[in-house]
Amino acid sequence: MKNRSVSFWLFVTPTLIALGLVVFLPFIYGFVFSFTDWNGLKATEFLGFANYVEVFKDTEFLNSIWFTIKFAVASIILVNVIGLGLALLVTQKMKSSNVLRTVFFMPNLIGGLILGFIWQFIFISAFDAVGSALGMEALRGWLSTTETGFWGLVILNVWQYAGYIMIIYIAYLESVPQELLEAAEIDGANAFKRFWNVKFPLVAPAFTISLFLTLSNAFKLYDQNLALTNGGPFNSTQMVAMEIYNTAFSEFDMAYAQSKAVIFFILVAAVALTQVYYNKKREVDL
Amino acid sequence: MKEKRRNKLLVEICGILLALLWISPFYLMIVNAFKTKNGIFSNVLGIPQEWTFENFKQAFIDLDFVSSFGYSIFISVASVGIIVLFSSMAGYALARNKSKLSGVIFMIFVAAMLIPFQSVMIPLISLFGQVDMLNPVGLIFMYLGFGSSLSIFLYHGAMASIPVSLDEAATIDGANKWQIFWKIVFPMLKPISVTVMILNVIWIWNDYLLPSLVLDAETATIPLKMFFFFGQYTKQWHLALAGLTIAIIPVIIVYFIAQKQIIKGVTDGAVK
Repeated sequence: MKNRSVSFWLFVTPTLIALGLVVFLPFIYGFVFSFTDWNGLKATEFLGFANYVEVFKDTEFLNSIWFTIKFAVASIILVNVIGLGLALLVTQKMKSSNVLRTVFFMPNLIGGLILGFIWQFIFISAFDAVGSALGMEALRGWLSTTETGFWGLVILNVWQYAGYIMIIYIAYLESVPQELLEAAEIDGANAFKRFWNVKFPLVAPAFTISLFLTLSNAFKLYDQNLALTNGGPFNSTQMVAMEIYNTAFSEFDMAYAQSKAVIFFILVAAVALTQVYYNKKREVDL
Repeated sequence: MKEKRRNKLLVEICGILLALLWISPFYLMIVNAFKTKNGIFSNVLGIPQEWTFENFKQAFIDLDFVSSFGYSIFISVASVGIIVLFSSMAGYALARNKSKLSGVIFMIFVAAMLIPFQSVMIPLISLFGQVDMLNPVGLIFMYLGFGSSLSIFLYHGAMASIPVSLDEAATIDGANKWQIFWKIVFPMLKPISVTVMILNVIWIWNDYLLPSLVLDAETATIPLKMFFFFGQYTKQWHLALAGLTIAIIPVIIVYFIAQKQIIKGVTDGAVK
């Protein structure tokens, strides 16, 4: 197909228009108006960087970023460790292997909002019931403090995503040639050595994929946050996405919210570009 | 050998216990949805002493389930349909045109994946509001915009395994580009089309944030209705849990029918 051919443009234009109108136009429009006093419909004054200066003094926004980073770190470690553990478990030769995969993956098909509501019940009612039956005070009053709200979100996220990350690891584990493992076994390598020296190097690419998937996912989390804690108590478990949403649609401070959204974009894009960089570097190393 | 077999059994038992722990939230949701308010209060973990279906009746009515299910189906099917239609066309054209311009267009689609939804959310709603497009049709169009990038990326990758000689042979036989694509290439893209459909359905069916900004109460999808419903019945867990159970059932049914394809689709989408 040539650039000038009608069919090339016929094939490409529909998605190009949709992408332009839905992503790029709002992106540029929002970027421009983040330098004004835009109220969502019109702007009367150019403010320069005033909104951005304000954002960096906004303790609520900064707290939400800090909370998001802590959440991302805890999630990344736990999701990947547990996801890999599950993958190693279900790739053993056993009868229930397929059933187990099905079960561990199941939460990923259900929306974050619904999962958040289910876990709200688990943390508030079921944890409380177990806690009072066993006399464990630590299980009572969940989601009513910042700490339990934080761990509640982490547990929900790990429960949901470990199964997703599991199937990525499975894809790589299953591509490890059986002969290699058998050869290692004949040479006297035990199960741990077979994992560490044979499987591990071959599944390394899966780590990069999974790390960045969990990272960008943790940064964009909204539905689960809304359904589980709704940012409470006192906005202390509010993540960045929710903070931006509330600035725009609860406080109706549109230009200000958009400047937060621009900063959010820079953060997320930086993470993604780092991933691209590492992937390229790895390909060169190989 | 005996020891090995015993170890294997031990691993399997651990796996099954872990799986039971994994589905315990669903177990708690379902058993408590069958209890009365007092039943939950006195006994959270066990099965109901008295089974009641009243919760489901009320939740079904309050969720306006027939309507919200219908809108969820309509919006998901229409969005995924046009995503598959237009993304496969664009992926094909971009893969077959090796010019610089084509490369740049492809990069634009890939670059769009870097932009998180929240960064365009506010101006998007403002712009579409100004042209009166905050309705199901506008929403479907938005899903095409947000969904096309990854889909085109996947189609573009899949085109690498379809030899150009097929196109050339068809051209010699007198077929035009349109015929070549729909009669020869598109059928060969079927596996990747299944992947694209699965990835987009999971996302669109479950999406809450975008529809909450675009749709009104009359055209609400299941996640939206669920949000209103839950707010209405805070602390009335027997009703809330029945609602959640109803909302999940269709997904679980589809999962059990098509789990192989779903897991394969999600793997391909993540690994490629």
